Amino acid sequence: MVRGVGALLLGLACVAVPAQERSLPAGALRSGSTYLSPELRAMQEDGFANPGMLWVEKGAKLWGVRAGADGRSCADCHGDARASMRGVAARYPAFDRAANRLLDLEGRINQCRAERQRAAPFAFESEELLGLTAHVASQSRGLPLKVAVDGPAAPHFARGRMLFERRIGQMNLACLHCHEWNAGRRLLAETISQGHPNAYPIYRLEWQSAGSLQRRLRACYSGVRAELPAYNSADLLDLSLFLAWRAEGLAIETPGVRR
Amino acid sequence: MPPRSCLPPSRPPSGGRRLRRALALLACLVAPAVAAQLPPYVIEDGGIAAPLAAPGDAARGRALLAARDPANCILCHAAPGVRFAGDLAPPLDGVGARLTPAQLRLRLVDSSRINPATIMPAYYRTEGLTEVAAAWRGRTVLTAAQIEDLVVYLSTLR
Ligand code: HEC
Ligand code: HEC
Repeated sequence: MVRGVGALLLGLACVAVPAQERSLPAGALRSGSTYLSPELRAMQEDGFANPGMLWVEKGAKLWGVRAGADGRSCADCHGDARASMRGVAARYPAFDRAANRLLDLEGRINQCRAERQRAAPFAFESEELLGLTAHVASQSRGLPLKVAVDGPAAPHFARGRMLFERRIGQMNLACLHCHEWNAGRRLLAETISQGHPNAYPIYRLEWQSAGSLQRRLRACYSGVRAELPAYNSADLLDLSLFLAWRAEGLAIETPGVRR
Repeated sequence: MPPRSCLPPSRPPSGGRRLRRALALLACLVAPAVAAQLPPYVIEDGGIAAPLAAPGDAARGRALLAARDPANCILCHAAPGVRFAGDLAPPLDGVGARLTPAQLRLRLVDSSRINPATIMPAYYRTEGLTEVAAAWRGRTVLTAAQIEDLVVYLSTLR
């Protein structure tokens, strides 16, 4: 109740202020893959060499597997993912009115799992959840990101922006300091990108695995020695929404490859 | 004088030392609040003239500068003799000719006192930080002695 009123007030405040000024105009946006070495870039672009494709393929298999009390598969409801899932990832994270909360693509998949299949939700970073997310997101390859940040999403968007701009951790740095002030520069050996979410889940060599956007964000929190937000916490979801808006127009590249 | 164990160590505790640290921390919590504060320093003419600890050691300072932990200065700064470094910050070559030891000391202790918008972390400050991971909460990145080692080493870069 109190939270509801708070969200309402925050929502009203967002209508009043021009919350949507862009510090990275469309012409200045650069996908993370443009900061990669030519070798890694080629690896991402080659469907056989890209290790992330293994997860896409796992997801494609799971799409047709019946599960849960109702014994239904994703395909039983959604048919051919190539048609039904095209463009979906470009709209996420999205506010879900029924659940009354913000869902990223992983959250949506797990919600279908719990409510439509009546099966146990997949664990964060499990092969299954990464696989299905990569499979669904890869259907939107080449389509521009465009999320809704108005209506019930507005307070989440405003909070995401606040989280992007505030200093945190013992290093006392904000996302902004690295990904806006210093994109293109090197932090020791790593070239800092503009911090866009358009290729997730990605395959990261350092992880020797695929990983979600939330996992990457937690790595940045840990880099500045800040308290790690839990998976699916409001902080990570709100930040993800702000990042998707900030990257509006960038084409989806899932599965990305990173160092 | 606060008990020694209340002074911020340079790295988070690990393994079997955790319990002892936790007990020591408990002792600090019940000690007067002042025990958690860092010794005061005076900023004058854009610097801190008084050393924070006994005179530092240039060789230790040099090693610290390039070590991954705890200082990791080369994340951002190039420095003489260092092969791989970031480029978020000015190279440290010649910094001893540009800045006095007092000015160097303040930049290490808390660069935001000179430039509030700086991205350089404060290496000897615990206040005014947000959501610091539990392992580092209430601890400075470097000890007073390590700051002095770096001041001496950086002063030799002319
Ligand atoms: C001290 C510097 C630093 C800070 C502060 C920082 N990051 Fe990062 N971030 C990096 C580096 C280095 C990488 C890996 C290289 C890259 O892709 O940019 C990275 C990667 C990312 C990526 C993946 C980009 C891609 O194309 O794969 C995203 C998204 C991101 N950061 C968001 C954030 C957010 C949100 C915050 C604040 C909570 C943040 N970062 C704070 C340094 C930082
Ligand atoms: C996250 C980036 C970052 C890290 C890590 C960092 N610095 Fe800096 N440092 C800067 C920036 C940026 C400046 C330029 C002045 C400013 O913006 O405040 C600077 C300035 C300095 C200066 C003044 C240089 C001059 O020519 O005036 C010194 C000395 C210095 N740093 C030493 C260090 C040492 C020693 C360490 C490690 C203990 C360190 N820095 C770690 C970013 C960093």
